Amino acid sequence: MVSFLLIILASLFFMGFVIRTKSIASGRKGPGILQPMKDILRLWKKGSVYSNTTSFIFQIAPTAYFTSVLMAILMIPHGSNPGFISFDGDFVMFAYILTFGKFFMIISALDTGSSFEGMGASREALFSMLVEPAFFILMGSFALLTGHTSFHSIFSLLHYGSNISYMLGVLASIVFVLIAMIENSRMPVDDPKTHLELTMVHEVMILDNSGFDLGLIMYTTHLKFAMYGAIIANFFIGMLPLEISIPIFIGIQLGFAIAVGLIESFMARFRMGNNPQFIFILTSVSLLIFFGVLLVLGKFM
Amino acid sequence: MIEIFNLLAVVAIVSLFFFKTRGKGILALCVISLQVIIGSVVAFSVFSNGVSEYFYPGSFITGRIPIRIDYLSAWFMLIISFTFLTGAWYGSQYMKQYIDQADNITLHIVAFLLVYTALIDICIVQNGMVMLVVWEIMALSSFIVVIFEHYKKETLKAGINFLVQSHVSILFLTIAFMWAKVKTGSFDFAAIATYTSTQSAITGMGLFLCFFIGFAIKAGFVPFHTWLPLAHPAAPAHISGIMSGVIIKIGIYGILRVLLLISTDMKDIGYFIVVISVITGVYGVMLAIVQHNLKKLLAYHSIENIGIIGIGIGVGCLGLGYGNQILVFCGFGGALLHTLNHSLFKSLLFYTTGNVYQAKHTMDIEAMGGLLKRMPRSGYLFLIGSLAICGLPPFNGFVSEFFIYNGLFNGLYTKQFLPILFILFAILGLVIIGGLALVCFTKAFGIVFLGTPRVKGSQEVINESSLRIVPLYFVALAIVLIGVFPVLLSPMLQKIILLYQPAPNFQMTIQLNTLLESLTSVGWYSLGFIALTAFFYLIRHFVIAHRVITADSTWGCAYTGDASKMQYSASSFIRSYRKLAEPVLQIKRDKKEAIGLYPDRISQVTHPHDKVETWLIDKPLYLTKRLLNRFAFLQNGNVRAYILYGFIFISSAIVLPIVIDKIVLIIKFFNQL
Repeated sequence: MVSFLLIILASLFFMGFVIRTKSIASGRKGPGILQPMKDILRLWKKGSVYSNTTSFIFQIAPTAYFTSVLMAILMIPHGSNPGFISFDGDFVMFAYILTFGKFFMIISALDTGSSFEGMGASREALFSMLVEPAFFILMGSFALLTGHTSFHSIFSLLHYGSNISYMLGVLASIVFVLIAMIENSRMPVDDPKTHLELTMVHEVMILDNSGFDLGLIMYTTHLKFAMYGAIIANFFIGMLPLEISIPIFIGIQLGFAIAVGLIESFMARFRMGNNPQFIFILTSVSLLIFFGVLLVLGKFM
Repeated sequence: MIEIFNLLAVVAIVSLFFFKTRGKGILALCVISLQVIIGSVVAFSVFSNGVSEYFYPGSFITGRIPIRIDYLSAWFMLIISFTFLTGAWYGSQYMKQYIDQADNITLHIVAFLLVYTALIDICIVQNGMVMLVVWEIMALSSFIVVIFEHYKKETLKAGINFLVQSHVSILFLTIAFMWAKVKTGSFDFAAIATYTSTQSAITGMGLFLCFFIGFAIKAGFVPFHTWLPLAHPAAPAHISGIMSGVIIKIGIYGILRVLLLISTDMKDIGYFIVVISVITGVYGVMLAIVQHNLKKLLAYHSIENIGIIGIGIGVGCLGLGYGNQILVFCGFGGALLHTLNHSLFKSLLFYTTGNVYQAKHTMDIEAMGGLLKRMPRSGYLFLIGSLAICGLPPFNGFVSEFFIYNGLFNGLYTKQFLPILFILFAILGLVIIGGLALVCFTKAFGIVFLGTPRVKGSQEVINESSLRIVPLYFVALAIVLIGVFPVLLSPMLQKIILLYQPAPNFQMTIQLNTLLESLTSVGWYSLGFIALTAFFYLIRHFVIAHRVITADSTWGCAYTGDASKMQYSASSFIRSYRKLAEPVLQIKRDKKEAIGLYPDRISQVTHPHDKVETWLIDKPLYLTKRLLNRFAFLQNGNVRAYILYGFIFISSAIVLPIVIDKIVLIIKFFNQL
């Protein structure tokens, strides 16, 4: 319950901080923190244009995408406070429910019969496939470390044994920041501000969405960022009481937003063909974490 | 009951010849339905009343014939019966367009009845000799149902490939059963159990490998899968559905049955099955993505799903080897459930593909597009099938994968290092399989059903008769039901798994309860997901109702002409994947580029090849052919030469033993010196 409210709250401000960081880094003053949310609100009030080619798939896809992320957020705990629903192996469900939303976004891009949108769809499908192993191995190593397989027990028991878990938390945070960048199609993989369809991933998929649907998709991106931020915060919260953990949560979300802004300001987009190699790095880092956990537990024979 | 079941098939086959073609179809439909009812009654009575066992006296060749219907048999009987029921109903509609080929259809119906009867009998008979005979009936009759369109050359070629490979499988099974028979003097399966428990682990392993190769050819484990992608596109749609849904599953049944019998080092078997299954799964889906023939794509996906089932079985075996009961439950439970689930969604996919085929008369994905508008019901059913096969909630594919994932993550807690490494490998494999399946089915659904037609043709709405769609609705309903209420099946699964291990201890009972609780949560969560999506869709509906909605053409960067030729095609959709996977796969590319001032038509065609097939089947066959060609001079067509061969053979058959006798005598003589 706590985590759900916190994530919704964070999602309102997250992108504002990212944009403000980017403005300051490029020497501008930048818009207000709430500007991205205002844009979305305006989109929600607008009418829409639908392509003649599209079918029901195109209508329901943004909603399915939004609810899939919302359902995923319901599972995320806040330290020792569990999420709305928690069961053994819930992180498997977490990954698969997100994939469900992605599936619908991909086929909705193909639904338009556009000569551009298939491009983004194809890349999204490939990149999300490549990024999945990193998440599972990472969660697997934490499951191994704590002896539990639900988000709530993993995160509340993470720092029970030794303080080395904080080290693993830092490593895992790096992986998660990069996963979030890839899943949201942000800078090193994809440039949301580019004007050329050939170099887009996510933006080119939603070229034909407009009005309410476009607003929903954009808000889902914010939600997704806040969700990954919450997971990163969970690596450090552990069993801390609420009055300490909530400031930590806010601090980490803020740090995450600033990090995203800095990455976007100072990194160039990779060549599309080189992205898979970059994404594979994540899997190898998470494998390192896995073997690190094995070392900590003394299971090497 | 089983006697009535078999008798029904025989009576039906005999009386078939007194009917006209349409009557034959109706008769076969009635008989199959009746058989399915009998089979399900038997299976359910086993689940409620316990294992049923009785004996036929048999003959001096076979020995006593035991009929044992335990929970494993009953489970497979249910799976087979359901798929055959929907397959028969769908097939009767699908075959309507071939109604003028009367003889061909009669043969098809006879073989269809035989396949079903034989499959059920394989599940219950526990005598090696009888099982081989029934297996042979099944293999031959499934060959006949596959080559229905035998006037097409490639169909016949694929059929013969299938026939040869299924007999290689029978060869291995024969060796295994004879091995057991020679050592124990009995064909009874129980003898195998007593035999291997008294021998060393190596013997058990050898016997297991013999059985495994035999069954793996039927199931389609890599590298024994090569018949599958050929046979599926050749067969009619309902047969492809049944073949992928249940005929290949009889191989899984065989492996599970043998695991119950053979006692050997289960750890080694577990490692072996996990490795081969991960390879099967990943290789299957990797090749599936690059296929542009829709049925071939689905066929490779069957291989992938066999891999997932295999991972479950392997994990279960590891659990048996290391005495980890929760691993046994999750592994075997996941494998059994996935067997059921795959039979559901794969048959659904093949049936809808059949509808597509009869509308478009092609299976080439590149030639399709925009079919959702012309055949909406098939389209949405295909979508349900694709979501389920990708293992996405709230459908059934997720439940079985969740089972296996649960087992894998629980398996991480073992003390030893080696199983952890293998389990990590399996997790990686399963995740990659899931991701690649997403690429594959977004491509399959998106290119076939969405967008606009890529090849000009008629645009009228295709008549999807209700009779043809209703059986598919039942399959889809089962898919959603299992996805939302997975707990319904767990009592059955628990009974089957108790065959593999002793009664659960206290700790296991607790863990089992947590697992069932999480399954219940998965169900509720899926239901919540459906409800929430519906809720937000309604909200969106009401919000949008007050806004200005206009319809226009798709955004084309100011290009307003016909863009259907510029849409993303199947090969462009997977281009970046193909570049990535090129080192592993073998993809031939014929490309004609635009050269000069007045270029010709440009084109690009890709032909994916199966590397395993090239190296394991084509190359050795080519080499043996070259070797045997050296002896071609023997077959010179000269009758006198053939008489000479006969003479040489007979005289050597008479003389050789005498000569050998003499040599032995001489050696003995020297020894005595």
